[in-house]
Amino acid sequence: MRRFLLQVACVAISLFMAVPIYLIALAAFSSRASLNRFPLPLLPTDFSTETLSGFLGSTGVIPSAINSVMVGLSTVVLALLIGVPAGYALARYAFRGKQPYQLFLLLTRALPIVVLSVPLARIFLTSGLYDTTYAVTLLHTALALPTTVLITSAVFVAVSPEQEEAAQIFGASPLQAFVRIVMPQALPGIAAAAVFTFVMSWNEVLGASILTLNQRTLPAQVLSTLSFSPLAYRFAGGFALVVPALVFIAIMRKYLLNMWGTTLR
Amino acid sequence: MSRIVLRNLVKTYPGGDRRATDDVCLEVAEGEFVVLVGPSGCGKTTLLRMVAGLERPDGGTVHIGDRDVTSVSARDRRVSMVFQSYAIFPHMTVRQNIGFGLAMRGVPRDLVARRVADAAALLDLSDYLDRYPSQLSGGQRQRVAVARAIVVDAGVLLMDEPLSNLDALLRLQFRAELKRIVHQIGTTTLYVTHDQAEAMSLGDRIAVMRDGRIAQIGAPLEVYDRPSDRFVGGFLGAPPMNFFPATVADGPRLSVGSLSFAAPPSLEALAGQQVLVGVRAEKLEVSSTQGDSFQPATVEVVEPTGASVLLTVTFGGHELKVQAPPTFATQPGETVWLRIDPASLRFFDPETSLALEIPQFA
Repeated sequence: MRRFLLQVACVAISLFMAVPIYLIALAAFSSRASLNRFPLPLLPTDFSTETLSGFLGSTGVIPSAINSVMVGLSTVVLALLIGVPAGYALARYAFRGKQPYQLFLLLTRALPIVVLSVPLARIFLTSGLYDTTYAVTLLHTALALPTTVLITSAVFVAVSPEQEEAAQIFGASPLQAFVRIVMPQALPGIAAAAVFTFVMSWNEVLGASILTLNQRTLPAQVLSTLSFSPLAYRFAGGFALVVPALVFIAIMRKYLLNMWGTTLR
Repeated sequence: MSRIVLRNLVKTYPGGDRRATDDVCLEVAEGEFVVLVGPSGCGKTTLLRMVAGLERPDGGTVHIGDRDVTSVSARDRRVSMVFQSYAIFPHMTVRQNIGFGLAMRGVPRDLVARRVADAAALLDLSDYLDRYPSQLSGGQRQRVAVARAIVVDAGVLLMDEPLSNLDALLRLQFRAELKRIVHQIGTTTLYVTHDQAEAMSLGDRIAVMRDGRIAQIGAPLEVYDRPSDRFVGGFLGAPPMNFFPATVADGPRLSVGSLSFAAPPSLEALAGQQVLVGVRAEKLEVSSTQGDSFQPATVEVVEPTGASVLLTVTFGGHELKVQAPPTFATQPGETVWLRIDPASLRFFDPETSLALEIPQFA
């Protein structure tokens, strides 16, 4: 009985996620004409790339999509470069102010982006970074760092320090011990942090809208044109926004599952 | 093989209010098996970690062989270690785990393969070389940790409570096996445990530690038989040594409550003084009938252990543990008779708890 309920729950949750994606995909691959039909067919009866190619052909969509990918990947790299060492330090070392530091990390998320964005826009305007992908990358990195640090520190805590010590006893330098012993075990968690960061950056729209005018990311671009665009454009835009995140998660999927038979801690 | 010489090692952990090791000196001869034993927090693991190079001493020196390694990093000390948590690498196969030390030292591949195979054979792991640690039992993981440590052929083997995570039966089995293996490879070994039985059974010498100092060091039976203070006598042995205060009377005799029995002649010099008497449970002869020089005691608890019967008795107002033969029949409340061989008695200063220097063994 419990097993049955569990499976029902799994199916329900899967449907909850999958049905909207399916409907958006369906609409994105239907012709403009069929979108106005009623009732809408639930199976792809007239497959057409007209809607999607129309969307991709509209002004600013391709450049903003490239911007989004660039910002997303740069944010992942930057957040990991800063966040992984910080997470390691939090996991391994006792230092003065460790508790307040952890609290402070979370506190940065307590401020709404709207509040942060205006002063940020001012700073970026004076420093010449305004309306560049760097500005958006920096903002997204700042937004992603707390979770990156907390996720990776939880991952490093799970690898016992004795393993690193053992590696050193048996001839590894501290760096070798980290690369050969800790990193392979931490990869699933780091991948999770990367996925989280990329999806966050890909979806973030408010900060990106405020900090850019011409160098829009895709969500900011879609948002700014949403209100006066046709229905087909909206569906195609929605689909284009969902797909890259799904692809990224699919690529990272194998790192998300622990490779040695135990589940991700 | 190398000897280990520790001189005046002092270590205080940051934030600690007392020294983890307090001016410890210790020499482990080439090929010797020395066990550090003591209650938790006595500094035994800290001492081991300073030998390993995982902890820097605040003062003192560590020599391995003829080399001062006090400021040498762990990887350059040529030591090998078995950790309490095993610390084997979960993302590597048993083969990779055992060969890790050799691979890191740049030993050629074919030689690594051969030595890994030898070590695996020695520890019954040959069939598991391609498995991951998560597919092994606790005992097998422990074997991997030991194989990884002995395969590198280091001059010094360090073991930090390697058996403490095994269940009781497995621990007993592996203890004997470990002794055989270490004897076979003949490495200088420093072994940490809180289990006195393990210490007694494994060590060429055992060092009993307390509060960051070595309370006594010597051959297991010597330390067991002649503890240097009350703590050592109470720590080693199950049951621990019995202690009771007594007054030395002329004769010399010892008075405990209303009882009086013969003392070794050398105690004459302490006539009229209070002493703390120590005696092992198995040194007390017990009888159900009164005889010459037998003293009465009241049985409180009877615990049959199979090999013997452990009695808790009241003797002159003090509780004693007595080891009786397995066939000895008695019940709580009954009176039994104890004969105390004067030669089996040990004497301690009631103030300092230190063993009294009495020329009784001359």
